[in-house]
Amino acid sequence: MSGFVHGLGYGAVIVTVLMTVTAFSLWFERKMAARMQSRLGPTMVGPAGILQPIADVLKLLQKEDIVPLKADAVLFNLAPPVAVVCAIGVAAAVPFSPKVVAADLDVGVLYVLAIGAVTVLPVFSAGWASNNKLALLGGMRAVAQSVSYEVPLVLAALVPVILSGSMRIGAIVQFQSDHHWFVLWPFFLGIPAFVIFVLAMLAEANRIPFDIPEAESELVAGVTTEYTGMKFALFYMAEYVHTLVASALAAALFLGGWDGGPFPPGLHWMVLKTFLLFAGLYWIRWTLLRFRSDQLMRLCWWYLVPSSIALVAAAGVWVVFVG
Amino acid sequence: MRTVQVTRRVDPHLNIDRYDPEAELMLLHFGPQHPSTHGVFRMDLTLDGELVVKAVPHVGFLHRAVEKLCESLAYVQITPIVDKNDYVAPMTNEQALNMAFEKLLNLEVPRRARWMRSLFAELQRIASHLLWLGTFALDLGGALGGGSTVFIYCFRERELVLDLFEEVTGARFHYNTHTIGGNRHDLPAGWSAKVHAALNVIDSRLGEYERMTLHNKIFVVRTQGVGVLDAELALELGITGPILRACGVDHDLRRDAPFHAYDEVPVKPVIATGGDCLARAQVRLGEIRESIRLVRAMVDNVPSGAINSGKPIKVPVQTKIPPGQAYVAIETPRGELGTYVISDGSQFPYRLKIRPPSLHALSALPYILPGATVSDAVAILGSLDPIMGEVDR
Repeated sequence: MSGFVHGLGYGAVIVTVLMTVTAFSLWFERKMAARMQSRLGPTMVGPAGILQPIADVLKLLQKEDIVPLKADAVLFNLAPPVAVVCAIGVAAAVPFSPKVVAADLDVGVLYVLAIGAVTVLPVFSAGWASNNKLALLGGMRAVAQSVSYEVPLVLAALVPVILSGSMRIGAIVQFQSDHHWFVLWPFFLGIPAFVIFVLAMLAEANRIPFDIPEAESELVAGVTTEYTGMKFALFYMAEYVHTLVASALAAALFLGGWDGGPFPPGLHWMVLKTFLLFAGLYWIRWTLLRFRSDQLMRLCWWYLVPSSIALVAAAGVWVVFVG
Repeated sequence: MRTVQVTRRVDPHLNIDRYDPEAELMLLHFGPQHPSTHGVFRMDLTLDGELVVKAVPHVGFLHRAVEKLCESLAYVQITPIVDKNDYVAPMTNEQALNMAFEKLLNLEVPRRARWMRSLFAELQRIASHLLWLGTFALDLGGALGGGSTVFIYCFRERELVLDLFEEVTGARFHYNTHTIGGNRHDLPAGWSAKVHAALNVIDSRLGEYERMTLHNKIFVVRTQGVGVLDAELALELGITGPILRACGVDHDLRRDAPFHAYDEVPVKPVIATGGDCLARAQVRLGEIRESIRLVRAMVDNVPSGAINSGKPIKVPVQTKIPPGQAYVAIETPRGELGTYVISDGSQFPYRLKIRPPSLHALSALPYILPGATVSDAVAILGSLDPIMGEVDR
């Protein structure tokens, strides 16, 4: 019972904190993008425009909630909340410190990847239920992309699992804390696995250069074309939460999580690493152009999948003969 | 002009090699309210999944009956109307129009005015190609991503050119500065120093844009071999300008039929051979550099003298042009912009026909879109640089 209460309490805290952080990561991204583009970004709402996300949400709340006449109303309305729930569900098993974790599952890595994989369902159902050709094209692209990139993502996540011998994310971090971060040693396994994981993660979260499902210059807004107001906002929230949680996951699996190297460990290290990764992803986003669908598939099946299989095999050999 | 022997006819409905005849096709109305149609342009795309099977372009959403309107306007009143045709390089419209009137009037334009027209034309080319590069990157990279970064950088530099025009004409965009027989506004004192300063900034940043686009791996894989247009088809469709030069055809009116001051300032046309979107980007970026070179060569050597040969007219609206007809074509940033005017001797033109290069560029779409994906369709449309204002008129 106490475990249940503990999980509930930390879960509530993490969801609250995550939602707040997501809202302000939006401001952070807009400021960062603006600086990269020699603009100012939001300046009017609050000091340095920091209250801009709140203003945005208030604006979206006032918008008319439109369900297209020929849309599948149930699926159409269900898709945005499911998307957010899936994205937040991943956060449950990510340990931010030895104590700050909602549920440090024995099969944490498996759970995280499984819930992460479900996020394609709301996206596809949104594309299908909108009864809009552009949304359907976006949904098609989303399914093809997410299912393909699931493979290198899982294989890359297997490398730390094999190296540490545990599927519990807390144990993986503890292992790195006791030995080395996986990107430092064995770096020839850790760094490629980290890179593949981040690439697949970008594709899973539909970020540039892999944001083909929404591709606003091609598909207007992809699956979100028909959505208005808060439902539209929920999709965006899901995307940002997904990116944020995935950054945290990458930090935990490869960058030693809460371990601070020579400094005492703590929650702040995890937060710092997550935000650095997050900022890195947005740096990529505002710099690169977009791939085409088939080029994305080629990148996945010709390069990422074979190399991640080789990495998993190499990790096994390493553990048996060296580690 | 050389003549072209047409040997091959491309059927837009059969030019597909990857199309599965059993597949269920989807008709997608692409535009006119679509972020990537560069204004109000619509295509009916027949899709097999992501693959375009057939493309039918529709124009006319921005039709303003400019040519008909001109028939009831005095000659001096037409200039500000045609400004709005090619609204990315507005001054080129004025130049072609007034050159046609001058040809009918047998009017000799002063040398200073001709040099100024050349100078303005090249500055317009820089601004227009910068805007194209920005919007093309937007097509490839999205409004929420790297594309918008290139877009805003390009607009930042375009502002510098617009500032120069503002200095001369008082307007940033629709200038109304060319008149029959010359120019309306003279170059202000100290203008050439500002031109040099602006060009130095643009020149120093061009390398960065090339790194972000032409030398960017993602840009190259998105554009190489996409929308290949062969020279023969391009000539058959009457395509001119950078698109034709990207097909390897060495054709540039500035050199082949010099107007303005181009007979005194030789132009080196920029040629590429791929015929694809990448080649078009290479040509346009090369032309920015060439235009910078031309402006630098011209701006300090503008001859002194009058800027208008027109004898003082008491009531300009009553300017009459002797009966006859004339066709004048100039090389704008988009290709050959022609103005054909028939006069019946009254104070209004009997007929005014404008030949916009963008319309001919769009006519290539049914031939080069089938076989491409939806993503490619956006890239191809962007690479043609259509300006709907002059397509529909």
